[in-house]
Amino acid sequence: MSLSVENLRIAYRTLRGDVQAVDGVTFAVADREIMGLAGESGCGKSTLGNSLIFIEGRMKHVGGTVELDGKALPISDDRAMNHHRMRDVSIIPQYAMSALNPTKKVGTLAHDLLKSRGMKLAKVLPEFRRRVALVGLPENVLEMYPFELSGGMRQRATMVISTLLNPSLLIADEVTSALDVSNQRAVGELLTEFRDLGYVKSMIVITHDLSILAQIADTIMVMYAGKLTEKASASTMIDKPLHPYTQALLSSLPEVGVRYEDRELTGIPGRPPSLLSPPPGCRFRERCPFAYDKCVEDPPFMELLPGHQVACWKAADDVAGGAGREHNEASATPSGGAGDASPERGPSLGARAGKGAE
Amino acid sequence: MTRYFARKLGLYVLAFWAGVTIDWAIPRLMPGNPIAAYVDRFALNSQGPWTALYKLFDKAFGYNLPLWDQYWHYWDNLFHGNLGISLYAFPEKVTTMIAQAAPYTLALLVPAILLSYVLGNRIGAMAARRKVLDNTVLPLGYLFQAMPYAWLALAAAFYLAAVEHWFPVEGGYAAGLASGFTWAYISSLLYHWFLPFLTVFLVSFGGWSIGMRNLVIYELETDYARYLRALGARGRLVRRYAYRNAVLPQLSGLALQLGTVIGGNIVTEVVFNYPGLGHLIYTAATDQDYALLQGIFIFIIVGVLVANFVIDIVYIWVDPRTRLSMQGAAA
Ligand SMILES: Nc1ncnc2c1ncn2[C@@H]1O[C@H](COP(=O)(O)OP(=O)(O)OP(=O)(O)O)[C@@H](O)[C@H]1O
Ligand code: SF4
Ligand SMILES: [Mg+2]
Repeated sequence: MSLSVENLRIAYRTLRGDVQAVDGVTFAVADREIMGLAGESGCGKSTLGNSLIFIEGRMKHVGGTVELDGKALPISDDRAMNHHRMRDVSIIPQYAMSALNPTKKVGTLAHDLLKSRGMKLAKVLPEFRRRVALVGLPENVLEMYPFELSGGMRQRATMVISTLLNPSLLIADEVTSALDVSNQRAVGELLTEFRDLGYVKSMIVITHDLSILAQIADTIMVMYAGKLTEKASASTMIDKPLHPYTQALLSSLPEVGVRYEDRELTGIPGRPPSLLSPPPGCRFRERCPFAYDKCVEDPPFMELLPGHQVACWKAADDVAGGAGREHNEASATPSGGAGDASPERGPSLGARAGKGAE
Repeated sequence: MTRYFARKLGLYVLAFWAGVTIDWAIPRLMPGNPIAAYVDRFALNSQGPWTALYKLFDKAFGYNLPLWDQYWHYWDNLFHGNLGISLYAFPEKVTTMIAQAAPYTLALLVPAILLSYVLGNRIGAMAARRKVLDNTVLPLGYLFQAMPYAWLALAAAFYLAAVEHWFPVEGGYAAGLASGFTWAYISSLLYHWFLPFLTVFLVSFGGWSIGMRNLVIYELETDYARYLRALGARGRLVRRYAYRNAVLPQLSGLALQLGTVIGGNIVTEVVFNYPGLGHLIYTAATDQDYALLQGIFIFIIVGVLVANFVIDIVYIWVDPRTRLSMQGAAA
């Protein structure tokens, strides 16, 4: 097991109180797994990714533990983390386009960074050059300033620098979102290539673009308002999602380059709740077409099917009542009793079967 | 690169031309007749000698020629190093008077500007991350920066010189001392120099340190700083980068400040009765000595332009982005 996160809670200190951006998250990423992380803007994806490597000033580690390759990762200890950064965990941040100091040449930056970590660039220089070529950057990019590079080139340069020490875990935050379609594909392929070549052992790929995830991810995890809603293999998530939110998110996807933000969530009006003081119970309740009495309680993130975790009362009921079979849609009367096993499938879920990834 | 410099140089030449032309035009556009005012001072009570004297001076200063010729002569004289003759200290040459006063002003301003700039940047950057400094230097900086300069100078001159007699406020050195490379003379120079220097230094130090503190705080929050820290770079590297980038706007600020510092310097030298160019400007203005005033302005114009050019070159050297735009301009 490469990465294992236990009940992680991260908040932002703000003047109006703490924003619980990551609110009790438990998941694992296996060796060589590329896990896609999806969810609407502001649901806490970047916060989760960042917290695994650098908890900055405004962020607060409220609770939970992180383990990497069997050893605890001291995420709340900035000094102790320095040893692990870049070497064990690394990141291509969401702001990768502006991550390079504009007044330093790419090579100088890499040199200074490694030197500051007590290493020598000269030692990894041949590898550096090999990877520069691999990602399709010109050979002299080390002698160039960031402002001489296009956004996509800067992103690739960041990608090479971040993975220079072959980290166990790479967090790639929105690496494709600012690129054109052909570049998105190429960068997606590069990510898998980096994994296949062993530059990176496992990866968390945060994105708004589900087509990229369909292309490269082994598993997909979806977040909603600071909590996990569902995680399963990529094909299961795309073909047979169980959580109503995931179903809405994926209902017309994947289509190349389409971001789910660009469309309305079909048939689901409304916005995610505020993370400042989120309402109790299922966070999706306000918008969920299937919400019923039980949903006033927080649904646990449970493995309902092998390798398929979901946080939804209705999905749990469905699975318990025999998932995979079509049910009549007549019994729309929700009942509060936990024992009530009358499953109710959403119309979209039945219609979705077979609508796979193109 | 050469084309970029040629263009820059062209701009400076243009600025010089405009400055000199305005300098030439102003006394001619001003109400009042300087020659008449000057001749009036001789208190001649009959019209005949007055007219004769007026004609004499008018001719001597070339005011009787057509404007166009006057303009040409002005440039011609300028290139021959001739800035005319002072009315107020007639027949002293303007160049001689400037040469006497300029060392005082330069000795005052150059160290005050450079030292306040360097120290302000250093201490401002330190204040950006040390609470103690931030809570001591910064309020002081704000105080000095917000204080009207004339007020600070007057307060210093009044309390430290007039009341406490710790410092003199009379001339550039003790009266009666023979100039020369003697300890008595040099220490007297320093003694007279210190208070005006200190006030100019303090005011601009406040400005630089506050500016630098805010810029460094901003730079430490930028994406590149976050990225470096996320990859485990030591704080020293992040701070070094932040400092280096924060200095760039400060450098442009220095170029801008040079022009205004001259104006402030008039106040300094008048308040401390310091015999530099500022004092000379004041005297020339009160005496309507236009030739002298024009000469000093030309000296200042040249000084400011040269200083700006130097800063331009330093800027190109420290900010690679300007170099790229230069290539763009040359392409
Ligand atoms: N510096 C901050 N201070 C306060 N709140 C913040 C801060 N950064 C993020 N948040 C809040 O935390 C929540 C999660 O933000 P995060 O950046 O993790 O979202 P995200 O899922 O990555 O969104 P996106 O897809 O737009 O990148 C948001 O609701 C946001 O308002
Ligand atoms: S728990 Fe209830 S409200 Fe939440 S997604 Fe499931 S059915 Fe909807
Ligand atoms: Mg994000």
